[in-house]
Amino acid sequence: MKNVEELLAIKERMQYQMGIRNDKNEAGKIVVGMGTVGIAAGAKDVVLAFTENLGKNNIFNIAVIQDGSIGCEKCSPMAEVHMGDAEKVTYVNLTPEKVAKIVAEHIIGGKVVAEYTASAGK
Amino acid sequence: MYRSHILICGGTGCTASGSASVIAALESEIKAHGLENEVKVVRTGCFGLCAVGPIMIVYPEGCFYSAVKAENIPRIVEEHIIKGRPVKELLYKETVTEDAIKSLNQTDFYNKQKRVALRNCGVINPESIDEYIAYNGYQALAKCLNEYTPQQVIDIVKASGLRGRGGAGFPTGLKWSFAAANKADQKYVCCNADEGDPGAFMDRSVLEGDPHAVLEAMAIAGYAIGASQGYIYIRAEYPIAVERLEIAIKQAREYGLLGKNIFGKGFDFDIEIRLGAGAFVCGEETALMTSIEGKRGEPRPRPPFPALKGLFAKPTILNNVETYANIAQIILNGPEWFASVGTEKSKGTKVFALGGKINNTGLVEVPIGTTLRTVIEEIGGGIPKGKKFKAAQTGGPSGGCIPAEYLDLPIDYESLISIGAMMGSGGLIVMDEDNCMVDIAKFFLEFTVDESCGKCTPCRIGTKRLYEMLDKITKGQGTLEDLDEMEKLCNYIKNNSLCGLGQTAPNPVLSTLRHFRNEYIAHVVDKKCPAGVCKDLLTFVIDPEKCKGCTLCARNCPVNAISGSVKQPHTIDTAKCIKCGTCLDNCKFGAISKK
Repeated sequence: MKNVEELLAIKERMQYQMGIRNDKNEAGKIVVGMGTVGIAAGAKDVVLAFTENLGKNNIFNIAVIQDGSIGCEKCSPMAEVHMGDAEKVTYVNLTPEKVAKIVAEHIIGGKVVAEYTASAGK
Repeated sequence: MYRSHILICGGTGCTASGSASVIAALESEIKAHGLENEVKVVRTGCFGLCAVGPIMIVYPEGCFYSAVKAENIPRIVEEHIIKGRPVKELLYKETVTEDAIKSLNQTDFYNKQKRVALRNCGVINPESIDEYIAYNGYQALAKCLNEYTPQQVIDIVKASGLRGRGGAGFPTGLKWSFAAANKADQKYVCCNADEGDPGAFMDRSVLEGDPHAVLEAMAIAGYAIGASQGYIYIRAEYPIAVERLEIAIKQAREYGLLGKNIFGKGFDFDIEIRLGAGAFVCGEETALMTSIEGKRGEPRPRPPFPALKGLFAKPTILNNVETYANIAQIILNGPEWFASVGTEKSKGTKVFALGGKINNTGLVEVPIGTTLRTVIEEIGGGIPKGKKFKAAQTGGPSGGCIPAEYLDLPIDYESLISIGAMMGSGGLIVMDEDNCMVDIAKFFLEFTVDESCGKCTPCRIGTKRLYEMLDKITKGQGTLEDLDEMEKLCNYIKNNSLCGLGQTAPNPVLSTLRHFRNEYIAHVVDKKCPAGVCKDLLTFVIDPEKCKGCTLCARNCPVNAISGSVKQPHTIDTAKCIKCGTCLDNCKFGAISKK
């Protein structure tokens, strides 16, 4: 260790790995429905896609949480995105590709991806 | 990127209750489900709530599983890790409410604490220097080397008001300034990890849970006083702590955080471990340093104090593990932050190891000035079986008892001394109505008689005589004059012993005599032990009204002292009875009592 910058670089690198242990998750959380139907429809890949995309973008204050079925079985896999105090947004019929877009546009950009939401499907 | 971290306590407490087999089960189960790239298993240090170990925390939810067994693991993995449904009946009860699951930090045990020295314990993997760095590790050292002169570092520690956490409470900054002022070609920084009080495990837990915090602080101390070599003196009975220290030192050397030219600032510092063989006297500073030198661990007279002539006759500072654990936080957050916690003369927080008759046995850290009532009733969860609190013992064999009338006394160094107890290193043993205070004093004296190194006469012979007097009293052969004689002998030992061991050895006797003289009088005058502990003063009797003649007691009595026919009241032959209590434990009708 020659200087402080090296130390800070390690801290930076570790930060998003450790953020998961912050049970406050101030910035928000993503709840993926993991009922039997959800799992059969590929909810597992959706969970992995969320963690991977958040990690890639160095976002470490948002938890990806698995939960039971969110409700609508035929629109699985589903996920709820809770950002700060904003009302939750429910996304349906998710795929890893859609997840990448949601992370980029909604979570980073702050703009809800309307076409994937539950209300768009009705 | 892992989507979940599972933290399991690998401290000594939870290891003893089986956490190693839980970790093994978890790792194999995760592998069996192909989750090894999604879920990370972390073996941490002590969480503090040792009573309900092994403890396991699942993130990101922060679910708190208590008393986990290896056979629970397949279900937890299947339900929680794969399907996302926490297994409620295996969670720590207090965290499960109707509509939500609370995290560890929201429980009564944790939310009344303030964790400074223990901040990383149960939070990071102590075997990963990167995780320590993620929580600002080694930044305090960097700050000192880049921004402060050694004198400024000492001034900061002085301004924080930090006092030694080993027991005596000497101001840390002052100690450092003495050693800094003495010129020498070599100086030393030592760490006292020879925690020897029965029931104390604060230092062990810090070293098991956050070893780098101690290394970083020692390097800061080295910079402050101008030393390039540090020694950690730790007892060999702490294998987990020793192993983690060894790993930590190796990692710090690899990163260049120990060794030559740290952060390119021309400062050299390295640390070595010295194992102690478990002699209590080696916790005394001069004996400790003599032992590091490779000699028999015996104290020597002071002055010269270690700041002038310490290890290898060079200027040396010796601080306790917990003292060091505060240093980096003081540097990073400023002395004002630290001084804002605590009482006027005692700043910061103190770690206590709760033991004895208390529900939440374990490790707690509270602001100094917190009352004993908060620690015992609110954080400690009170006394089991609804028994009545009698006293708390602090400071181990050097300390004293705090009786019930002082439950609301704010705990700090001065207040405890004023009532004849002491802060000590932090062992806090809770006693209820079933504990005999004479017996407790005898227990501690037996310990000091064993541990007295024998170098000076007042301690070697005095403690032995004192023990014999206590023994006489517990056998019902004492007199009122003995009590006065004991007090005289106590004061003689205190005033004439060479080192802290002998000077404090009579404290358990003096403090119980002061606060529980009635119990002593009951032993010597009425020849009774009110708590029913001292066997020679007890008689076991069977109440003929309650006895159903089931014969269970008679069948279990190891000396055949109980006789009687079936369905008739039994009797105990007191001449034969050895007062083992087996009959009392076996009686289903509550017919047997001890008087």
